[in-house]
Amino acid sequence: MISSSINENDIEVELEELNQLSQAILTKYGYDFTNYAQSSFKRRIIMVLKKNSIKSVGLLIQKIVQDPKFFEQFVTDITVNTTELFRDPSFFRVVREELLPILSNRPEFNIWHAACSTGEEVISMAILLKEEGLWEKAKIYATDINTAVLKKAAEARYPLRNWELFKQNYSNTNPKGKLEDYCEIKDNEIQFDKDLIKNVRFKQHDLAVDQHFFKFDFILCRNVMIYFNQKLQNRVFELLHNSLFLGGYLALGAKESLIWCKIADKFAAFNENEKIYKKIKL
Amino acid sequence: MANEKKMWEIIVIGGSAGSFSVVSKILEKVPRNLSVPIVLCLHRLKDKREGFKEALEIKSNIPVREPCDKDKIEKGVAYLAPSNYHLLIESKEIFALSTTELVQYSRPSIDVLFESAADTYKGGVLGLLLSGANRDGALGMSRIKSKGGFTIVQDPKDASMPTMPAAAIETTTIDLVLDTSNLVSFFANIEKNLFIHAAS
Repeated sequence: MISSSINENDIEVELEELNQLSQAILTKYGYDFTNYAQSSFKRRIIMVLKKNSIKSVGLLIQKIVQDPKFFEQFVTDITVNTTELFRDPSFFRVVREELLPILSNRPEFNIWHAACSTGEEVISMAILLKEEGLWEKAKIYATDINTAVLKKAAEARYPLRNWELFKQNYSNTNPKGKLEDYCEIKDNEIQFDKDLIKNVRFKQHDLAVDQHFFKFDFILCRNVMIYFNQKLQNRVFELLHNSLFLGGYLALGAKESLIWCKIADKFAAFNENEKIYKKIKL
Repeated sequence: MANEKKMWEIIVIGGSAGSFSVVSKILEKVPRNLSVPIVLCLHRLKDKREGFKEALEIKSNIPVREPCDKDKIEKGVAYLAPSNYHLLIESKEIFALSTTELVQYSRPSIDVLFESAADTYKGGVLGLLLSGANRDGALGMSRIKSKGGFTIVQDPKDASMPTMPAAAIETTTIDLVLDTSNLVSFFANIEKNLFIHAAS
């Protein structure tokens, strides 16, 4: 006999139930979670069940189908919105020192933050562009599946508890100014200068179902693919490839890789360490 | 032989403060032809991406890799959770990473790795929890146990930080409590142990 102590917080969720949930959402609302990576998706679902004291996935499906307001909150909870200003400072240093000098040779250029979440990366990029004198040249789109986080991103306001982390990250990008130059602190919040993002178009876009909508010189899609299974990753890589000009650049998260995906041969590594790739074939 | 079937398909090891030297000694002694994968989740500084894997590799008898998202899980390799990501077992074939919230103040979190391993491999998991100053890993060990896996902790008296193994002992049934030298010899003989424990 196997002795066991069942933790009362342990909620069992079977893969089959996750499939039923995703199918119900797709049918009712058109959001497609069917090809999300199952290990992390399952953790998110368990978190939602606990948060709302719902006892089973079956009951969750009922609530989602009956209550569109609840579903809106569900989308916010289920999509991952942990990011920071200048996450991976070494990445931003390479963008500053190696990539932007190349883009600066183009008369103007387009940047897409794909799945931008609450916008920390958008602010980070805007600060880089300002400091490198390229802000005026850039046309920027920032998209996410979740309209609630887009609203937050447009407000450019973050909790003060992140201040030390933000400052430390920024200081490791070879900055040309001080972070204080771009924001002010009031009421326990960091309010960035909204002028920084006045040329940014925020737009709802679901990488899992929507098509490409513009052509870009540089796409940032960092730590997004990790939440998708390989089938969906292939779809999204194709979408990003179609959205890039020939000679355009794609940035992934530090531990994401293009290597095994179908269109890998259409990209060349620009900086393998920081996961920046260049589109070399149509 | 009725017990030819291997008891465990994967070894997961969690550790925090004070665990590095123990992990290092274990990797030094595991056989080169190890027939299962080892997956390590060791608490580490988030802004130090390089150096940890290399430090472990110096003495290790098997290759040490930091997996990228959806990388294959191969036997005979020690995988180290990368800094600032949770490492999860997506299926018996591949890993997945995530950047979700800290769990037990940690990313990578031992609970996250252990729970996903238990969910995927059920009873086929051997979990080892080492020295550490917080409670990460206790719930993960509990999940391993409830799915029928095998649990080992470093003896809190032997650990430089006893909190973590002690928390696991408090939380769930631990099959073996071993000090460093016994841990090292257990893993030096791991291929035999995989079968001996299947018979017992």
